[in-house]
Amino acid sequence: MSAIVGPNGAGKSTLLKAALGIIPRLSGEVHVFGETIRNARARIAYVPQSASVDWDFPTTVLDVVQMGLYRKVGLLGRLSGQARVQAHECLERVGLEDFANRQIGQLSGGQQQRVFLARALAQDADLFLLDEPFAGVDAATERAIIGVLKLLKDDGKTVVAVHHNLATVRDYFDHVFLINVRRIAEGPVETTFTTDNLHAAYGGRLAATHLTELAVIDGAR
Amino acid sequence: MGTEFVQLSLTPILIGILAAVACALPGNFLILRRQALIGDAISHVVLPGIVVAFLLTGVISAIPMLLGAAGAALVAVGLIEVVKRLGGIEPGAAMGAVFTSMFAAGVLLLEQTDTSSVHLDVEHALMGNLESLVWLQAEGWHSLLDPGMLATLPDELTRIATVCAFVVVLTVVFWRWLKISTFDEGFAQALGIPAAALGLGLVVTAAIAAVAAFDAVGSIIVIAMFICPPAAARLMTNRLERQVGWSVTFATLSAVLGYILAGYGPLWFGAQGAVSAAGMIAAVSGIILGLACLYGPHRARVGVARKEGA
Repeated sequence: MSAIVGPNGAGKSTLLKAALGIIPRLSGEVHVFGETIRNARARIAYVPQSASVDWDFPTTVLDVVQMGLYRKVGLLGRLSGQARVQAHECLERVGLEDFANRQIGQLSGGQQQRVFLARALAQDADLFLLDEPFAGVDAATERAIIGVLKLLKDDGKTVVAVHHNLATVRDYFDHVFLINVRRIAEGPVETTFTTDNLHAAYGGRLAATHLTELAVIDGAR
Repeated sequence: MGTEFVQLSLTPILIGILAAVACALPGNFLILRRQALIGDAISHVVLPGIVVAFLLTGVISAIPMLLGAAGAALVAVGLIEVVKRLGGIEPGAAMGAVFTSMFAAGVLLLEQTDTSSVHLDVEHALMGNLESLVWLQAEGWHSLLDPGMLATLPDELTRIATVCAFVVVLTVVFWRWLKISTFDEGFAQALGIPAAALGLGLVVTAAIAAVAAFDAVGSIIVIAMFICPPAAARLMTNRLERQVGWSVTFATLSAVLGYILAGYGPLWFGAQGAVSAAGMIAAVSGIILGLACLYGPHRARVGVARKEGA
């Protein structure tokens, strides 16, 4: 499990989107599992920021999760009964099985985030790219989401998340990328997530309170 | 009643329905993508294109008109970009400025042109000539089964039927792509769906529907049908599949009710003659939208639920 960490405007989301070809790349090539991104799409699940879509869209929770099955069904294929069962299972894994037929706008922010996670689970991918999965969710939902992500890790999947809460990086992630427009540092959390590197990434923008908090965590270790 | 109905009313009603449905289908997605104005823009900018095409060829026929309209649409897209960049104003305003100017230019051009030999004038551009698209050769309902008689159906009917079928087929074939990319474009692209090309294809399809409908029923109906039936349909359901179904129902209802009201409405009120069918169809679709706003089951939006959760 890796975190992409950096200040606002550092290009965390942009990095994910460019890697996936959602926005054009200026240069460079993207390889995933030794293949070009084009050939690896079926193995990647992307979870956008939940604020990026219109939740007023006329569709149900189950419908959104079934969008994750698209790669299996294709443009014109019919959803098999088995696929439906699979979609329900994904909803169960995020604890939303009772909301399957709700219109998506009737959910809370945390539930909406979990719907996106369930859609990614339905994709049955090996690499999960999440953009701010904990933005605007309450503590209980955050625990639920991290639980699901840790199970994925135990299953041998790779999870990369754009993350902004420095206080939880150590608890949630094994590996961290620090970026601020350019790459600052990357590596295992123990050796990379240091006050020095954070200073390099955040400069004067890191509030003093945050640093003290981190120093406390540093000291505790 | 039978023969007269087949001769005078059947084809205009059919053309009205087909035009309304052809516009309402892409309208559903345009509205959900917050691009409703594009349908409006398209139906305006095609006018100068059609007039220029007529000036160049001297006849009103489908292919040059479609090309002219497509050319005008491209010019419009370019102009919108130019106004946006040079004027530094927001896209909606740039679009509004460009499409009204182009429509006005089309009207001026039309007035300066000798179109007396053909049926192309300002009034036609706005309201079409639905009432004149009659099938005088018909001898009654049985004419519908006679291939020789069917060949005498107005060209406009064949044309709009073809375009409507085309739109329906595209909507069905690309349904899953349209739904996923309209809801979540980033996710669609991550799946490998060509979302940008799909968006362009949707606008082009809307343009084709607009041109075909414009020819038969004028620009008022086109504008109304892109927006009113889908917007009313959205208030009836929370499922995209059903929304599209409702929009087709509302479009059909508007066309039929509008045509009948235009023909007989004034008589019921003791007035003489009839009013424009195209105008009445558009008005009926507006009334349907108004009723849906007042009584539609899903008019309460989700803001409330979201506030609780956030």
